[in-house]
Order: sequence, then structure tokens, then C-alpha cells
Amino acid sequence: MIESILYLLPLIGYVLLIIVPLLLVIAYLTYVERKVIAAMQLRIGPNVVGWFGLLQPFADGLKLLHKETIIPTRSNPIIFLCAPLVTFSLSLSAWAVIPFAPGVVISNINVGILYLFAISSLGVYGIIIAGWASNSKYPFLGALRSAAQMVSYEVSIGLVIIVILLSSGSMNLTDIVEAQKSMWYVVPHLPMAVIFMISALAETNRSPFDLPEAEAELVAGYNVEYSAIIFALFFLGEYGNMILMSAIGALLFLGGWLPPFHVIPFTWIPGFIWFALKVSFLLFIFLWVRATFPRFRYDQLMRLGWKVFLPFTLGWVVLTGFVMVAFNLFSGGQG
Amino acid sequence: MINIAPILFYVFSGVLLSASLMVVTARNTVHGVLFLIVAFFNAAALFLLAHAEFIAMILVVVYVGAVAVLFLFVVMMLNLEGGEMHRGIKGYTFMGVLIGGVLLVELLLMGLSWYTAPEAFDLTTAPTSGLKITNTQALGNLLYTHYALGFQGAGLILLIAMIGAIVLTLRHREGVRKQNIRDQQERQVRESLRLIDIPSGSGV
Repeated sequence: MIESILYLLPLIGYVLLIIVPLLLVIAYLTYVERKVIAAMQLRIGPNVVGWFGLLQPFADGLKLLHKETIIPTRSNPIIFLCAPLVTFSLSLSAWAVIPFAPGVVISNINVGILYLFAISSLGVYGIIIAGWASNSKYPFLGALRSAAQMVSYEVSIGLVIIVILLSSGSMNLTDIVEAQKSMWYVVPHLPMAVIFMISALAETNRSPFDLPEAEAELVAGYNVEYSAIIFALFFLGEYGNMILMSAIGALLFLGGWLPPFHVIPFTWIPGFIWFALKVSFLLFIFLWVRATFPRFRYDQLMRLGWKVFLPFTLGWVVLTGFVMVAFNLFSGGQG
Repeated sequence: MINIAPILFYVFSGVLLSASLMVVTARNTVHGVLFLIVAFFNAAALFLLAHAEFIAMILVVVYVGAVAVLFLFVVMMLNLEGGEMHRGIKGYTFMGVLIGGVLLVELLLMGLSWYTAPEAFDLTTAPTSGLKITNTQALGNLLYTHYALGFQGAGLILLIAMIGAIVLTLRHREGVRKQNIRDQQERQVRESLRLIDIPSGSGV
């Protein structure tokens, strides 16, 4: 028994080593979001708490922590409390297979990309359960919208992943990154990268696809009835999902920890810094889009997902397979 | 270092069995579906213990990520109360017990006469351990190389079923205002906007 505890201790250390910085990044993502959007709208943004407002995330966090947790009387309390926990723990558990640098990964499993896809397809439960357990009209409508939207855009994300699998011949994330050594997949698969990014926006319920929380129609969507720390868990989970989607995008299309050119000044910079830079760039796109585009209407959203992205990605899968066979590019990978 | 796999097996199968029991006994149907999801999860964990990681992930993606979401949708929209479900249940007791009993006897006959060949015994836990390939590759080989025709046939049947379901439920409603994206994109400013200088004191 002692041995298995000793075996688990370093593992728990690794997990903390990822989760603690991740939570800090999530906290500062909210700050960066407000600053970036403020800059784009010629405002100043948060600048009162701390130097340049740098302590603002902690002030917000403390405020949420000491507020009262309200559970609606007609709600289903156990499921009501489970929903934010599901969202938050799912957004953390996906990081188990993300490689930050060669070999720097908690669990280097064979089916890493499938695991990520499975975890991200479960994210819908936190939302749909929250909407149902609140026993209230606006949350239920918001949850139904959100669930339909996430299920629709998962289809195109799945097909984009299949394209990457065809090209790299592996489902292991480390192998997928290594396969991009000569050329990042964003070059041959540029349309897929664009579709992946747009689907990621829809999958994380971000603007311009933030219909579930369209404040003018649905107040704030599925989390209307949530307050204090349980609301904070939803909030952290959503921002964690944004970072996760950016990390997946960086791994699949931007070559993960690989430098853009394998020449001297670029190879001096360590791999995880390249990875962080790529993730930051994709996160900036999330914020940029939010400051730029108006919200989609529901029928436009469904049309884009099913009538544009689905046929196009399906066609691209066929084309990729055809090119790979015609030019004999299959690497005969390790599964 | 003790082997924790057997302990995990009993934990997962225990949760799996009790969750499946809760699926059929829960009075609230939404709780039933949530227990079904717990059951799927533990089944996936059992596959992982048997080193079948591809099947485990596909189980989660397909059943938990898609099928159970649909169940949850339908059950939530119907908003069934527990009482309604159990009202007419007495009339079906005899047939239910009969069918259940027949299935149980069949299963017992199967299970008692089943035996695993001694040389195949090692393969039951890790089917690809001796082959030096991952089980994703092994499955791919079987489905797309050795049984490609059967696999494609199954795919075609599913496709036809899907088209059939869509044809049966598709209805065109009259008088629905639909946006034509192409028309919308081709609209010019001068077609939709007119600037007028209005002399003061008169209307347009």
C-alpha cells in the first residue's frame, strides 16, 4: 500500500504543476480579455486595482468567493451543484494528455487526440444539466440552444481531426507534433485550420456564437440561477476550455513546441515557450473576434455548421485521403 | 508495488452494476438517463482496464457524447412525471417477467457451456500484446482490410436508415420567412438605403 502511495505522490505533483499555473492563466485571461477589448474600443479597461489593474482578477475572485451561494427552491439541488463541477473538472482533465514540450506530458497515451475529443464532447453535459436543474425558463432555453450548437460543431471538429490523423498517421499527440517537423499542418490544411478555429469558437460558446447567453433574449442563458462560487466554477471552466481549444489548435496545426524554422536563433528558444506563444496567439484571436463581429442568429449558426462546414470538411477528408494514396505519402505510423 | 487492476475492476463493475440498476428503478426519468451516463463511463473504464483504449474512447464519444445527449434532450422535453410512467405497469407484469425469464435462461445456457481455448486465454486481456501493433491498428486491419465489404455494407445500411428517418420527419411549412444567404450577400447599399433631403416643414 505504501509503495502505491509513493508511486502516486509524484503524479499528484505533476498534476498540481499543471493545474496551478493553468488557474493563474485563466485568471489573467479574463484580465487580458478586458484590456484587449478595451484597447480595441479606445477605452482604458481595468486600471484601478494594482499596477495597471494587474490585481483585478484576484479582486473579482474574492468578490465571487464571499458572496452567498443561492440554490433556487424549486431546483434539483444535487444536480444543480454537480453541473458546474462537471464543467470545471472536464476542462481540467483534458490537460492530462497535452504535451508542452518533448516528453513533458502527464500521460502520453496512444489515443490522445481521441481522448481530447471525448472530453470535449462531454462538455455539453455541464450546460444541459445546469439548465434543467435550475427549473427555470431562461436557463432551460439557453441550455437547449447551447447543447444543439455544441453537438453540431463537434461534427466538423471530428472531421478536422480525421484529416490530421490521415496526414500524421498517428493518434498520439507527441507523434502528431513530430510529424509537423518539416511543415506545420496549417500550410497544407489552411481551410481546416480556419474551420477548426471557427468551430472552437462555437464549441466554447464564445462570440460571435454566444447565443446561449445572448443577454438581450435570454438574460444570461444557462447560468442565470447560479451565484458566487458555483458561478465562478462555470466561469473558470469556460475560460479553461478556451485555453484548451487554443492548445489543441496549436498542437494540430501550428506544430506544438516546434520552432517555425530549424535555424539558430529560433532553436535557442525552448519548446514550451514556442508552445505558449502559439497558444497566446490563438487566444488573442478568440478575443479579437469577440471585439469585432456581431452575434450570429440561431438559424444562421445551424446553417453554417451543417450546410457549409460539414460538406466542406467531408470533401477535404476525401481529398486528403486521395492525395495521400496518389502520392504514397502514408507514413505507416504507429497507430 | 501491489497490483491495483483487480481492485479497480471491482470498483468500476460495482458502480456499473448499481448505476444500471438505478437506470431502471429511478422514478425521475432524467435521473435515469444521468445514471445511464455513469454506467457508460464505467463500461469505458472497464475497456481501458482490458487495454482496449480505442473502444473505450469511441464508447465515450459515441454513446456518452452523442446518444445519451439525445436521450437527455428527449426526456427533458417530454417532462415525464414519475407517476405517469408507473400507472399502467401492472398490465405488463406477466409478459415482462416471461420475456425476462426466457432471456435469462438463454444467457445461463450460453454462459455455462462457454469455455475459452487455453491458447486464447492470454489474449482475452491484451488482444494485441504479442503483435507489436496498437489495438487501433488491429481493429483497422480487421475492419478495412479483411472485412471491408461487410463494414461498408453496414455503413450503407445505416446511411439508408438515416435518409429514411429524415424523409419521414421532413415537412415543408408554408409561409416561413427564410433568409437566403446569397441574396443577403449580394445586396448593395444603393438597393436598400436611400438618402433624402427633406425640406423643413414637409413630410417624405
